[in-house]
Amino acid sequence: MSLSRVQQILADLVDVPGETETLPDQLCVACADALPVNGVGLAFMSAADDHGGAIAATDGPARTMEILQLDLGEGPCVDASRDARPVLQTDLARTGPTRWPAFGPAALGAGISAIFAFPLQVGGIRLGVLDLYRDTIGELDDEELVIALAYADAATVLLLHLQGSTELGSGLHPQLSDPIEDRPEVHQATGMISVQSAVGLADALLLLRANAYATSRPTTEVADDVVRRRMRFVPEDDHHE
Amino acid sequence: MNREQHLARVFVELADTLIADFDAIDLLHTLTERTVGLLDVDAAGLVMEDPRGRLQVLAATSHAARLLELFELQNEEGPCLDCYTSGEQVVNVDLADAAARWQKFTPASVKAGYQSVHALPLRLRNRTLGAMNLFVSDRSNLTPEDVAVGQAMADVATIGLLQERDVRRQEVLAEQLHDALNSRILIEQAKGVLAERAGIDVDDAFRRMRAYSRHVSRPLNSIATAVIDNAIAIEELQKVGGKSSPG
Repeated sequence: MSLSRVQQILADLVDVPGETETLPDQLCVACADALPVNGVGLAFMSAADDHGGAIAATDGPARTMEILQLDLGEGPCVDASRDARPVLQTDLARTGPTRWPAFGPAALGAGISAIFAFPLQVGGIRLGVLDLYRDTIGELDDEELVIALAYADAATVLLLHLQGSTELGSGLHPQLSDPIEDRPEVHQATGMISVQSAVGLADALLLLRANAYATSRPTTEVADDVVRRRMRFVPEDDHHE
Repeated sequence: MNREQHLARVFVELADTLIADFDAIDLLHTLTERTVGLLDVDAAGLVMEDPRGRLQVLAATSHAARLLELFELQNEEGPCLDCYTSGEQVVNVDLADAAARWQKFTPASVKAGYQSVHALPLRLRNRTLGAMNLFVSDRSNLTPEDVAVGQAMADVATIGLLQERDVRRQEVLAEQLHDALNSRILIEQAKGVLAERAGIDVDDAFRRMRAYSRHVSRPLNSIATAVIDNAIAIEELQKVGGKSSPG
């Protein structure tokens, strides 16, 4: 089950003592260990613009590639972010140089043959991109794709909490590290809360999750109350213990 | 219009959905709504497998149908699941005879007022992407013609989802499904935003966005984005109405 896999990935991150800013790096390392790839990178955007410029990566070519894409403004990561779609390049030598005139040859020169970029988003909430780099051509097999997507889901939760202006202290709270529940009422409530509290969708989703945790209720139940207008998130309600 | 003319119009409409600014969620909604109209059934719901291997309800013509689809997924039984698992049609199942087959789904469907259920696969060659459920309250059987028409609709939608590209190409499938799932989330968020701004419920919000999307011939997910970004005035959405289409 990929749900428990996502929870496990997040739990392993939470278990490691360390500073908040190292969590994305830890996730990259764990992802690279779990899959037959050479490196993993994570680019995150700020709420304000498309590219916050911040990256995390495993050491070596992955880090170089992340920085290169940021500098050039082109590459699979940039496309995945802009088009909000996965970019799975199974044979970079065949497609890379035409699609990315500057990045393609540079990546090939660094020994990279395949790149898999997964946008990290929850509907209109765009958080960043998870990039996998490999020195052999070919697809990810079905099982590998499932694992990659589980890391993408985990990275989505992580970046959501790192991006949000809601202060959560350092590290992820165990309860807040649950995967984002993909139920219509959760997303509808997110939209409603963003209007009620005059915040962006990312902060609205964080407020919803934080309230569910603070009141020991499932997120879906709180969301249902919001959608049925039994509960409102007015700006004064911002402060949760 | 006779049925052939209706059918021709629907196929043109489906084909039109596939051309520019392809929007998978819109296509699936069109598929379920038009199937309900053409086959004179009461409701339709559609489930598809996401890239994580989980089935998701992506379209339904009524709240009741959506709940029954979710019920199937939660209880891991029902016509859609049988159809999806086997890749074969499951049709003309009278719920009076199905108590043993689906111990939870059958009573829930009867309670919702249905007499029979039918499921058609969204399948291309040996790949099954999902299934469409049809719910009927006044009869046990669809005619063979009904079944053929319903399956043809499902086939067109399936080809549309794969956009005539090679089904084995991982990227295309991953992209399409990512798109479909993420626009579904985007649309739910936009429903919430609009419901709160306009002081209406989320179902009304959805009807307004769809009506507006058709009125201005822009894909639903671009309307949803505009709603979230507050780039469309509420009055603009209201003008078009949106009480015409069910669910």
